Amino acid sequence: MEADPVKVQAPPAAGRHSPGRLLEPLLSDLSESGRKGFQFPKLDVPEVPIERLIPERFLRREDVPLPEVSERDLVKHFLRLAHLNFSVETNFYPLGSCTMKYNPKVNEEIAALAGFSKVHPCTPDPALQGILKLLFDLEELFKEILGMDAVTLQPAAGAHGELTALLIASAYHRARGSHRTKVVVPNSAHGTNPASAALAGLTVVEIESTSRGRVSLSALQRAMDKEAAVFMLTNPNTLGLFEEEVLEIASLVHEKGALMYMDGANLNALLGLFRPGDMGFDMVHVNVHKTFAIPHGSGGPGAGPVGVQAALKPFLPGPIVVREPQGAGVFRYRLASPGSDSIGRVRSFFGNVGALVRAYAYLRALGKEGLRGVSEGAILNANYLKALVRKEFPAAVDEPCLHEFVATAKEWKAKTGVRALDIAKRLLDHGFYAPTIYFPLIVEEALMVEPTETESRQTLEAFAQALAAIAREAEETPHRVQTAPHRMPVSRLDEVAAARSPNVRWRTGASS
Amino acid sequence: MTDHLKYTKTHEWLRLEDQQATVGITDHAQKEISDVVYVELPKLGRQVSQGEEAAVVESVKSAFSIYAPVGGAIVQVNEALAKDPAAVNRSPYKEGWIFAIKPSDPSQAAGLMDHPQYESWVKGEKH
Repeated sequence: MEADPVKVQAPPAAGRHSPGRLLEPLLSDLSESGRKGFQFPKLDVPEVPIERLIPERFLRREDVPLPEVSERDLVKHFLRLAHLNFSVETNFYPLGSCTMKYNPKVNEEIAALAGFSKVHPCTPDPALQGILKLLFDLEELFKEILGMDAVTLQPAAGAHGELTALLIASAYHRARGSHRTKVVVPNSAHGTNPASAALAGLTVVEIESTSRGRVSLSALQRAMDKEAAVFMLTNPNTLGLFEEEVLEIASLVHEKGALMYMDGANLNALLGLFRPGDMGFDMVHVNVHKTFAIPHGSGGPGAGPVGVQAALKPFLPGPIVVREPQGAGVFRYRLASPGSDSIGRVRSFFGNVGALVRAYAYLRALGKEGLRGVSEGAILNANYLKALVRKEFPAAVDEPCLHEFVATAKEWKAKTGVRALDIAKRLLDHGFYAPTIYFPLIVEEALMVEPTETESRQTLEAFAQALAAIAREAEETPHRVQTAPHRMPVSRLDEVAAARSPNVRWRTGASS
Repeated sequence: MTDHLKYTKTHEWLRLEDQQATVGITDHAQKEISDVVYVELPKLGRQVSQGEEAAVVESVKSAFSIYAPVGGAIVQVNEALAKDPAAVNRSPYKEGWIFAIKPSDPSQAAGLMDHPQYESWVKGEKH
């Protein structure tokens, strides 16, 4: 019983309310009683009946209905699912704000080394010297890249880094006897900023941007009062534009006794060119899964290290890796408890070490010059692509951008009814993953494009040609664009019905 | 029916009747945010100040804050939106109302825009 993805392809009209058609059967549908994909080793300890180990009342009476499949069936199943997917390996993936760059495979090889991948986290420090040295050295590298005095590697993702930094900021203000509960963000901020602030128990104040998409100094001035704890800023901002007045912004924020936080989501534009510390930021997080080439998406483990200036160092989470000289250039590394001002642990053990090892490998392979080349390449690619598409899709603020740009489809919507969403869906038919759409919120019909440095000139030109073809189609046969995609295994999904009455539980036999 | 309403720059409308102010989002706003899928209503009795976030409207595009056009106490919420968020799109000025406030300072409403002012402001914002 093998499904032929071509044969079962749903016709476009059947896309609505017909979630039962499967392109690939579920594992439970492939299950054959008694089939196995594993072999247990021979028992080498005395066998004990389970009733002696677990009280009777906790024991299950029926078997768990786990699928029974062979290893061959399992591999086939997951590879087929993978082939249905767009990925950074298979397609251009210009998802703005996400830095979906190609991840070099050598990083995988290094992360798989037994000394990194097979170490139990409870191993005593003396037997963990390699991994502790790597983490210590990585902190040093980040300190230099960010222009910060100290770094914690614990946070497991970017938003987790934001939360950690805001907890550090709150602890800092409390230690100074200052009661500050407000976080100020521009109205172009990533949604994680207000979300992290709320999670940290702080209230959010949003300020307007200027017509050039930058922070309005006068709006900031009005928002910064005695209650203001932190100003969160993304630089370059979510329009891909550099905040030229960042030094004035920083002095205004500091004058009011608040802290400057940089959302590091767009760090791919700054490597070797600008350091957050030099721009007046007190704290910054790094998305290693964006900037430092760690696979991401689908909720895979990322990491969100946070760098801080010296005044905030006592509040960093712990434990921390310390290096002790043993003489003759020999060092010993150990995990030390943080001081009493620390906000405590934010993640079990040492953070997502697998992701951190990959970041370390990437940084060491590139070196200083290579790292600067990453950002220069990202900026060049974004500006080239922006110029290629500007006739059909002009940038919301038409100025030189950094690593990404935000184009608008508002003219198309007014003229033909074709929206940014439709254009994004149609791009899939051309073999390109869609850019981020409808973000930032201050741009109408936004298409946020981040090509990254890892794409060739040919790829960028092919993408621009696809956008031009879609623009022509919008004029001639708008309906074709509005009902896209047409060549994908799954046609246009009914996102409204999916959100209004989500059906998230699969029941065997409930298909069709 | 929209002529006697008051409007904010954040696209809420406000209807003052019997010392109670009903609030919703404008037709322009519902078109911009597209299909509404969820509305987070404020708690009854909550005190809000003018300009404070009082509700959240979530569409397939994003989540949008709904700000209180005037300060006061939340005295009514449109429970029907829990089952029928599409009412915000279908009937933004009637069935799609979101909450009602008992204004603490009725003079605050005077500072809001009237219908012609809102219309021309929307036109201006588009450029």
